[in-house]
Amino acid sequence: MTTLLIFIVLGLVFIAILQMTKIFELSQLKSEQSQIANDSDNKNNGYMLFAFMVFTYLITIFSFWNYGKFLLPDSASEHGKDYDSLMLVSFAIIFTVQFITQFLLHYFGFKYRGKKGKKALFYADNDRLEFIWTIIPVIVLAGLILWGLFTWTNIMDVNDEDDPLVVELYAQQFNWTARYAGTDNVLGGANVRLIDIDKANVLGLDEADTYANDDIIVKELHLPVGRKVNFYFRSQDVLHSAYMPHFRAQMNCVPGMITEFSFTPITTTADMRKNPEVIDKVNRTNKIRAEKAAAGEENKEPWEFDYILLCNKICGKSHYNMQMKIIVETQEEYDAWIKEQQTFSQTMAAVQ
Amino acid sequence: MSATGHIQGDDHSHDVGHHHHKETFVTKYIFSQDHKMIAKQYLITGVLVMGFIGIAMSLMFRMQLAWPAESFMIFESLLGKWAPEGVMDADIYLSLVTMHGTIMVFFVLTAGLSGTFSNLLIPLQIGARDMASGFLNMLSFWLFFLSCVIMVLSLFVEAGPASAGWTIYPPLSALPMAQPGSGMGMTLWLVSMAIFIASSLLGSLNYIVTVINLRTKGMSMTRLPLTIWAFFVTAIIGVISFPVLLSAALLLIMDRSFGTSFFLSDIFIQGEALHYQGGSPVLFEHLFWFLGHPEVYIVLLPALGITSEVMSTNARKPIFGYRAMIASIMAIAFLSTIVWGHHMFISGMNPFLGSVFTFTTLLIAIPSAVKAFNYITTLWKGNLQLNPAMLFSIGLVSTFITGGLTGIILGDSTLDINVHDTYFVVAHFHLVMGISALYGLFAGVYHWFPKMFEGRLMNKNLGYAHFWITAVCAYGIFFPMHFVGMAGVPRRYYQNTAFPMFDELTDVQILMTVFALIAGAAQLIFVYNFISSMFSKKVGPKNPWNSNTLEWTTDVKHIHGNWDGPIPEVHRWAYDYSKVDENGEYIIPGQDFVPQTVPLQKDEEEMNH
Repeated sequence: MTTLLIFIVLGLVFIAILQMTKIFELSQLKSEQSQIANDSDNKNNGYMLFAFMVFTYLITIFSFWNYGKFLLPDSASEHGKDYDSLMLVSFAIIFTVQFITQFLLHYFGFKYRGKKGKKALFYADNDRLEFIWTIIPVIVLAGLILWGLFTWTNIMDVNDEDDPLVVELYAQQFNWTARYAGTDNVLGGANVRLIDIDKANVLGLDEADTYANDDIIVKELHLPVGRKVNFYFRSQDVLHSAYMPHFRAQMNCVPGMITEFSFTPITTTADMRKNPEVIDKVNRTNKIRAEKAAAGEENKEPWEFDYILLCNKICGKSHYNMQMKIIVETQEEYDAWIKEQQTFSQTMAAVQ
Repeated sequence: MSATGHIQGDDHSHDVGHHHHKETFVTKYIFSQDHKMIAKQYLITGVLVMGFIGIAMSLMFRMQLAWPAESFMIFESLLGKWAPEGVMDADIYLSLVTMHGTIMVFFVLTAGLSGTFSNLLIPLQIGARDMASGFLNMLSFWLFFLSCVIMVLSLFVEAGPASAGWTIYPPLSALPMAQPGSGMGMTLWLVSMAIFIASSLLGSLNYIVTVINLRTKGMSMTRLPLTIWAFFVTAIIGVISFPVLLSAALLLIMDRSFGTSFFLSDIFIQGEALHYQGGSPVLFEHLFWFLGHPEVYIVLLPALGITSEVMSTNARKPIFGYRAMIASIMAIAFLSTIVWGHHMFISGMNPFLGSVFTFTTLLIAIPSAVKAFNYITTLWKGNLQLNPAMLFSIGLVSTFITGGLTGIILGDSTLDINVHDTYFVVAHFHLVMGISALYGLFAGVYHWFPKMFEGRLMNKNLGYAHFWITAVCAYGIFFPMHFVGMAGVPRRYYQNTAFPMFDELTDVQILMTVFALIAGAAQLIFVYNFISSMFSKKVGPKNPWNSNTLEWTTDVKHIHGNWDGPIPEVHRWAYDYSKVDENGEYIIPGQDFVPQTVPLQKDEEEMNH
């Protein structure tokens, strides 16, 4: 009800303003008829342009000051370090260009505001100037392109060197499942047509394929620190995207094909929790959550930092809540955890 | 290309007096074949009506994002069963996002912007009595109108309107069991878009033919105003890319209704495996973005063309680097057709393709940079008449730069990995194509309002209020949004409460929503100004902005055929503002502009031929 009232009030205020401007205009009828900018309009709006330039700088500084801390913490993957430095350099270039061009644009708007009788300079062409501002972007972009492509080729090169851990990430509306390749480190064949809900073969593994026997299917992703992981992605229904922001990793899951991505986690969850930035973030967040819990909101218990896998491709109603926890741990912790998990053949046997 | 051969003025002299034919209400206002009336029809249907719906939708989902799961009366009254007790439903949230994107991109910024200004300005600025085919032009509008009606009707179907995102990627858009919006709502979306594409093609072909064939005597290609160049090139990329979207839509219709498997394979949903085998959603992505990326420039180029014209006129200076501007329009148009893959770096396509698309994408920054610098230099040492249209043009350059720069990050396949599909993308494209194109649209409306409504001008003070509120709010919404994206928040999330790591972003969401609501309200100032000026009795001067182009030589009163008398002949380019002879005197004493119809003076040097 209050919202309706607010909207009505806003509407009335709006009408009142319109009426006032109308009265104002009517009273000004004699002195000023033209709707074409005159010297005083040029002056006022010239100053406004200058003020607007200051505003664009202020909102930049304001955003960095207040929102800079929201950015993701240091990358938890090996390639992420290259990613972050490329991002930093790109941002440095962007802000330099942004600062200069916005200054020139608005300052010229202010400085050369029109006055009656002033003569503009007839200046139609200058090949040299145009050459300069063609060649500078060419050089800068050539550098960025080369660096970017070099990094890209490295990141996207999914190979079997360095004994990678093989993991399948399986997407469906609206949850994730992970499948480890087991002791043989080879994933068993699978197809959605082999899914048998009654027998709990939810990922459609080929029961006749011996590689599938030792596969381990879990709902929480555990990764040993320092070991390369080759991810293979499948989806059973619509497009999804496996987004692991802390690892600077993302790949779409496409029904009908297997996509791949590879990275090496370098920071355990426990170590990340000790990162000062992360500690700050957790404290800030828990303060907010405590306030909300005190106000009676549900599900606002204190939060502990965890890596997370999100769905980042629109996939339907619960797209906003399709997630899986990722835990990076030492090799020993990982070994202990994986030993406790049931293999595919064990689950099958248990059902029959 | 020499244009002196087109002696069209003489051929058509018998046309004079056409306007004496008695016109009925129906032929004048409804099934009109007059380009000026069709332009107004596009403006009112595309921009005012569809724009209102599109913006209203965005305000609703912004409110949901700022105050998740809160109850609002306005939701209950507008969304009905989709907002039980005033709380927005997750399905309708996706529908609103989808329809906002569809309406704004296609209906407002493609049809509304191109349809209005190509129709209004092409004949007037090249010196033609009308479009090459008035009938096709009328047909184009009415097909557009039909597609609008179908799209709006789809909002009211039982299971809800399309909600797979404006990119309608299958399988989500193909399977009604994946989400309710993929049923009847999606069917109507596809039908509406197919009709829309037909309309767009008819319009574009007409624009191309008109610009090539109907230029008046002396109007060579290099004497065309940049507006016409922009509309011309826009029409060409429309003709190249829209048919591809039509084929994608047709194949999707087949997959949905006739059991084919172009885009679908290996699907298990709601407890059963479907029969589809062998198709690929990635194929759809290729087809969609083969239109989808040129579409960005179909939206943006007309706005840049309008800006070139408005900025030069109001700076009382020639546009700097006329030929470089044409070259960059053509370079952008060409490159725009070979960069679509940058929307698909992580779609699962071969990473080598990603490298190629990174290369072509970053190349497009070069002509864009040239354009931005040329605009800035046009302002330098000008005598700037800061009319509302001029402010919107300056605003466009500002947002074009801000939004364009972040494209360097998104166009780089490496950097795209972690910001792909996050709010960083949303902020980027809203600034660079959404806000920029809207500013160009507003600049055009303020500038050419007298041409549309027989000499009436829009109120400048309301125009200033409209601009400044909008300009501040646009940055207020989209600047902080980059940080939300950098924090890793994915787009198209109904609410961010499922992830504690996003809890501290609530304040930013509220800030952005408040700016959005104010910006939305500011557009009502424009609507009011537009409607009240339309019926205003005051008529301004014939050439209010002291402009050089041909449209200001026509009568203030609209007549069918534009010029009462022979079509004017053109003797110079459109940008002889503040041109002086060797003594430093204006070419025409006491007047800082030389209209295109004025012959070259003795010893005067011509700028372009």
